[in-house]
Amino acid sequence: MNDTAAERSSAKASSFAAFGALCVAIMKGFVRDRTSVFFALIFPLMFLVLFGGIFNFDQSSQIKMIQVGDVALFDNLPADARHGLDELFDLSRSDDLAAAIANVRDGDAAVAVIESDGDLVAHYSQTDQVKAATVQGALRSFVDGANVAMSGVAPAFSLRTERVEDESLEAIQFITPGLLGWAVAMSASFGAAATLNGWRNSKLLRRLQLAPVSTRTIVGSRLVVTIAVALFQMAVFLGLGTALFGLKLSGAWLASVPLVVIGTLCFMAVGLLAGAVAKTTEGAVNMANFIVLPMSFLSGSFFPLDNAPSWLKFVSNLLPLKHLNEGMTDVMVRGQAWTAILQPALILAGFAVVVTFAAAKLFRW
Amino acid sequence: MTAISVENLSIAYGTVQAVDHVTFEVRRGEFFGILGTNGAGKTTTLEMIEGLRKPDGGSIQVLGRSPWPRDSELLPRIGVQLQASSFFERLTAREQIGTFASLYGVDRSAADSMLEAVGLDDKADARVEDLSGGQTQRLSIACALVHDPELVILDEPTASLDPHARRNLWDILRGLTHSGRTVVITTHHMDEAEALCDRVAIMDAGRILELDSPAALIRSLDSPARIAVDARTLAADDATRINGVTGIETDHDVLTLVTRDPSTVLGELARLQCLDGVQVRTGTLDDVFLTVTGREYNP
Repeated sequence: MNDTAAERSSAKASSFAAFGALCVAIMKGFVRDRTSVFFALIFPLMFLVLFGGIFNFDQSSQIKMIQVGDVALFDNLPADARHGLDELFDLSRSDDLAAAIANVRDGDAAVAVIESDGDLVAHYSQTDQVKAATVQGALRSFVDGANVAMSGVAPAFSLRTERVEDESLEAIQFITPGLLGWAVAMSASFGAAATLNGWRNSKLLRRLQLAPVSTRTIVGSRLVVTIAVALFQMAVFLGLGTALFGLKLSGAWLASVPLVVIGTLCFMAVGLLAGAVAKTTEGAVNMANFIVLPMSFLSGSFFPLDNAPSWLKFVSNLLPLKHLNEGMTDVMVRGQAWTAILQPALILAGFAVVVTFAAAKLFRW
Repeated sequence: MTAISVENLSIAYGTVQAVDHVTFEVRRGEFFGILGTNGAGKTTTLEMIEGLRKPDGGSIQVLGRSPWPRDSELLPRIGVQLQASSFFERLTAREQIGTFASLYGVDRSAADSMLEAVGLDDKADARVEDLSGGQTQRLSIACALVHDPELVILDEPTASLDPHARRNLWDILRGLTHSGRTVVITTHHMDEAEALCDRVAIMDAGRILELDSPAALIRSLDSPARIAVDARTLAADDATRINGVTGIETDHDVLTLVTRDPSTVLGELARLQCLDGVQVRTGTLDDVFLTVTGREYNP
């Protein structure tokens, strides 16, 4: 009895060693494949840098305002109101009204402000109507606020605005989860498709069948490597986003880790399906790309679908990547509780099961 | 003692009877060859013996066990090289065989010594993609041997190798049976089967047509010897008058004498001083193939 127990534990140890050896072999095969590494890591990061750069530049531009001479309203603002002013306007000073107006006319500034005896005169350009309205509204509110404060009467109404998303306006908040979803979908599906086809064509699958290791060990090692790659992608994305582009993660962002794991499984299943259908490795990768790239556009990985027609939003909701993106955005930047991943996780798991089943049906040795 | 026993083995792919009631035995310690053209059913037969395919009919015993369904106690006792070079991508030769060692629960030092045994120790750090055809085959065989199996099954180990690399590999293959190991190979090459195998099964269209030692197969042909001499040293008329010559063929400057009594004819040729550049050819497995299938061997 002791013998069988010892045998069993040694069998367990050797199957663990086999599992480890397979993980190492697959990981080395991946790391040494420059094309795979490029498409899994560098390529999505290029998009992050590109999109992060473009949208950040656009969002951070304040409204340029030229203050001509002293403007008591601005100079005497209480600290918190002054902060609000500085956030909205890029304020510069000038003593020459004519030059300031010329600047506004040329589009170098949005508005020039001068004060004489409590009269605030704002010279603006109607070229950009939205900006013109913003400028007028903002200035009026500062004037009204100052008047109320001067009268010493407590205001009967007050308005407090709160943004439903993260307070920050940075576009990086919305770009990062979507691009990460695309990157994970791409590397998981390409990896699974290429492995299945490569191993089948080289007969390595059959060779492994002849070794005393279970299918569980083989599939498990491939899963572990793919998940490790996905989590590494995630770390690089979030690290780079935080360090370079001012990404701010909200409280329950760690809940996106299990979501990424389930998403990886789901897209491995998509890759397996492509690998089972296609005959060559290239064909399998192309097919995975054919599935994942359009899906990324339709799932809002590259741009939000808020203004998309309703039929497109409907299609979008049928795609697993959409739910991965939504779930990650919820916990990473929308500040929702970890429970926000439950529904997307269930949907992704369902997709994974169904697609794996289809791949198994179509699979030929 | 039998290593493999196959009885009435059959399998069909659609309407094609790939293997058709095949029966044979491989003894322990034997070097056994299956010879045949592409599509003869060699690989399919091996795959059923290895347990990769379920036969439609018949029975197989490998080392006293049934290979189907997958028997994880039988697998470590068998070493297999498949037709393609089944490697993990982008690993070095050492990493490759080390991974296979771990899959069989064998120490990695065994893998290194096996690499040495097939003469690849100087290529240990080269990636499998950078190995030559001969080196690839040797690594593939080393991977099949790393766990010291009792039975080794090699599917066309010398396919697509140049003659020099092929002969290099023969030396390694010949050494495989030294420790009492049983070896089964398939091959296209008649000369290879003749040079390596204790017994050869000639397979065609899913059936085994002949099974015996190469020498016995050739003997059973009872084919005449063909003695080729330089046509300038011997006139055709003189040749026909030699005792025992049953026919002559001329081809440019070569005169071929056909005889069933080569000793007498060779003696006479020696007396006539016509032995310079003489070539004597008796039957080969090619002739056996021609006889049993009725067509030229054309792999």
